[in-house]
Amino acid sequence: MADTVSLMKYDEALTRFEPVLGLETHVELGTAAKMFCGCPTGFGAAPNTQVCPVCLALPGALPVANASAIERTIRIGLALNCSIAEWCRFARKNYFYPDMPKNYQISQYDEPLCTDGHLDVEVEGRSFRVGIERVHLEEDTGKSLHVGGATGRIHGADHSLVDYNRAGIPLVEIVTRPIEGTGELAPLVARAYVTELRDLLRALDVSDVRMEQGSLRCDVNVSLMERGASQWGTRTETKNVNSLRSVERAVRHEIERQAAVLADGGRVVQETRHFQENTGTTAQGRSKEEAQDYRYFPEPDLVPIAPARDWVEELRAGLPELPAARRARVQREWGLSELELRDLVNAEALDLVEETVAAGATSGDARKWWLNELSRRATAAEVALAELPITPAQVARVAALVAEGSLNDKLARQVIEGVLAGEGEPDAVVESRGLRVVSDDSALGAAVDDAIAANPQIAEKVRSGKVAAAGALVGAVMKATRGQADAGRARALILERLGVQG
Amino acid sequence: MTSSELTHRTAAELAAAIASGEVSAVEVASAHLDRISAVDDRVRAFLHVDVEGALNQAREVDRRRAQGEPLGPLAGVPIAHKDVFTTRGVPTTAGSKILEGWIPPYDATVTERLRAAGLVILGKTNMDEFAMGSSTENSAYGPSRNPWDLERVPGGSSGGSSAAVAGYEAPLATGTDTGGSIRQPAAVCGIVGAKPTYGGSSRYGVIAFASSLDTPGPFARNVLDAALLHEAFSGHDPMDSTSVDAPVPPVVEAARRGDVAGMRVGVVREFAGEGYQPGVLTRFNEAVELLESLGAKVSEVSCPNFTTALPAYYLISPSECSSNLARFDAMRYGLRVGDDGTRSAEEVMALTRAAGFGPEVKRRIILGTYALSSGYYDAYYGSAQKVRTLIARDFTAAFEQVDVLVSPTTPTTAFPIGERADDPMAMYRADLCTIPANLAGNAALSVPCGLAPEDGLPVGLQIMAPALADDRTYRVAAAVESALTARWGAELLTKAPSLV
Ligand SMILES: [Zn+2]
Repeated sequence: MADTVSLMKYDEALTRFEPVLGLETHVELGTAAKMFCGCPTGFGAAPNTQVCPVCLALPGALPVANASAIERTIRIGLALNCSIAEWCRFARKNYFYPDMPKNYQISQYDEPLCTDGHLDVEVEGRSFRVGIERVHLEEDTGKSLHVGGATGRIHGADHSLVDYNRAGIPLVEIVTRPIEGTGELAPLVARAYVTELRDLLRALDVSDVRMEQGSLRCDVNVSLMERGASQWGTRTETKNVNSLRSVERAVRHEIERQAAVLADGGRVVQETRHFQENTGTTAQGRSKEEAQDYRYFPEPDLVPIAPARDWVEELRAGLPELPAARRARVQREWGLSELELRDLVNAEALDLVEETVAAGATSGDARKWWLNELSRRATAAEVALAELPITPAQVARVAALVAEGSLNDKLARQVIEGVLAGEGEPDAVVESRGLRVVSDDSALGAAVDDAIAANPQIAEKVRSGKVAAAGALVGAVMKATRGQADAGRARALILERLGVQG
Repeated sequence: MTSSELTHRTAAELAAAIASGEVSAVEVASAHLDRISAVDDRVRAFLHVDVEGALNQAREVDRRRAQGEPLGPLAGVPIAHKDVFTTRGVPTTAGSKILEGWIPPYDATVTERLRAAGLVILGKTNMDEFAMGSSTENSAYGPSRNPWDLERVPGGSSGGSSAAVAGYEAPLATGTDTGGSIRQPAAVCGIVGAKPTYGGSSRYGVIAFASSLDTPGPFARNVLDAALLHEAFSGHDPMDSTSVDAPVPPVVEAARRGDVAGMRVGVVREFAGEGYQPGVLTRFNEAVELLESLGAKVSEVSCPNFTTALPAYYLISPSECSSNLARFDAMRYGLRVGDDGTRSAEEVMALTRAAGFGPEVKRRIILGTYALSSGYYDAYYGSAQKVRTLIARDFTAAFEQVDVLVSPTTPTTAFPIGERADDPMAMYRADLCTIPANLAGNAALSVPCGLAPEDGLPVGLQIMAPALADDRTYRVAAAVESALTARWGAELLTKAPSLV
């Protein structure tokens, strides 16, 4: 059953209402073992092969907290400028659900491990400070596959299959404070926050943060308040938002939808909504007004976490360079304008360019190849830049071949094509495709002589001092050599043969 | 030795006889299996007897001995496990219909350690469903009987284990003690039962009732055997994060030493008076006098908050159980009711739980769900936790004055089957004296101190010591046991009626 939804135009909605955002992000930590048992965490294993008495909640089995997950959570908290609790406990969140083996989730309630931090994001030259309310540690649930029925949801399904491989994978929940004052930039701020958070988590090397595999999942809270009002409106929570683009679209859609409801004199219902990837809209889920009572209480099977202060300081000292600091550094080191930096970041090419520079290319060359030729090919192939089958080292080698004059740009593009096609390293492609620039004078001289002989009128113009006409002869040489000639050298030879000073 | 002689030996004697080759482990196991066949249709201590498994384990011990491999101090001694411990390949029900037929794929740490130590598992003993009760009457499989009087309860929840040991069906048994579930059945069956320090014995593989209270412990017919068993399964377990990473208290040494000269013994003032059977107090007072005559310095100690232990316990334990028992949902194991293709998972869960849990379990799940619910949490669960802190402070203050505290283990001797079945409050009072040690997590033990004059049934003396000072409870118990055995001319249990 589809909701019949009326929407208000975005611009109009923003003139009447001020959005308030909140984001809850779940991140699967990339620990080798699950949160409370020793089972492996690899993605894509056959169903129910990564399970044991603990994560299947067999009678009598007990959890033991994964120290590495606690350490990673503290590092995330530190990177988000949070305070780290001196003593805190896990809590049980009690509710029945078939994909949750214990029918309670071990989580944290009123004693989160990290609190009160912030993350700065930039949108269109404006900086926004997003407050972080809490970062806590919990376990993931299993995964249900609902067979039969139209929606893939549990209602209407013939039967359901449960895969417990994911049950007990450590999950960090990062909750923002309400984000106000973003105005029409709200969807972009939400997207920028998730992007920045993702890059930060990647820099910390705590998770593979792949939204498409669900290792980073986002719930987006949106409410609207009348311009000039001080009372926040009722919020909705949109789940199942699984890409950066979806974060932006979900916020935008909720603004348009809620604005229409409010303008019509209606009431926004506090509820969970589901993002629909295909339409970019949200659909009604469970109402939160009949809120579930999770009966939280301190988890008696686990001892409290009491991170020693000197250990926390050790972790703080060991944090890597974080994305914001890194952007500032490369901008300085490479002498980039704001716009150039933004292009680099937006293309998600920072890592690749930096690695290419590390492999010996100049930053200019590295940016040129990744942002132009390779970005174009990635777009055409509908893959992320980093997923192209070419390494920064290979790009650096191509740049080096151009710099030493062995390749020109046109040939270099063919080399890249060869590498992407799996023909091997750049040098191997040059060799096998015969792409080296022709610059030795005997071979080139013959081509030059042929070109002059074939175009006597142009040659005459050059002789008479119209040096610019030499370009046509260079073109003929290039055509004859199928682009492999060194154009500069060809031009010099032409002018020399015709007795003209270049 | 005859079969009957074998079943009436102590565990230490059996181990020595097996080690010396005087008798084989198979003969010892067979003698106990024979005894079970002869008496258990009346005692009903066992839910499952593993004849083949027991004989195989015994054969393995005999093989190892024949090959000169080293044997542990209890190798070849038969043991009965409370049906709350998971036993790989052997049915485990926790006394509930909801787990009928479930065969665990893994061993509890206690089971595993005792298996490795060469003990021979005879089978699984009856218990109140999910360890909730004081009589085994809450078992889905019917009550066990007290060998002293088959019309009376053997205590609970570990009543199958106490009945098995008192009935000479097993020299040793395991139990779990959440509010007195080892000490109370030991007391009413006239045997020894200990609740180790919380965290001193692993809970891994113990089907949870109340996680912050559940403590596995030993049953035996004498103090030394209990200590040997205690030592055999205790010690840090990385699979249980509440397990204490500390050396096992020297309980065996203490049981062998058994002198109390100069020890300071405190009598808990609050555990006497109304509700206490006169004969229980008579035997208790005699035991205190005995300790004094053995050189202990006896004084009276007040622990005012102990009187609030019972209500606190009946908030904390149901709260934890309401969550612990949520996993019994028909999805992965155990009973499944109503899965006919027309019902949703939620309906099947509800039907299964309605059919699979007994009335006492449901009562406690409802109680706990209520106590944890939003708006009531602070008043119930929160207050109970505060009481728990106060009780722990009472213990701390008391142990500044004395080395151990003593009290009767139970207010009364074994009551008749059915007498309290419909009166939960009366049933709950059976654990009045034992609950404080669970709430505080310290060590406690029950040792027989005579028969109540009015009914001729066993009375237990409870000895409580600080956390990780379990050895003190064994020291005092061994002293009492040795003096009383000398006085009676034999161990108390010899006065029980013969079952054959
Ligand atoms: Zn596992």
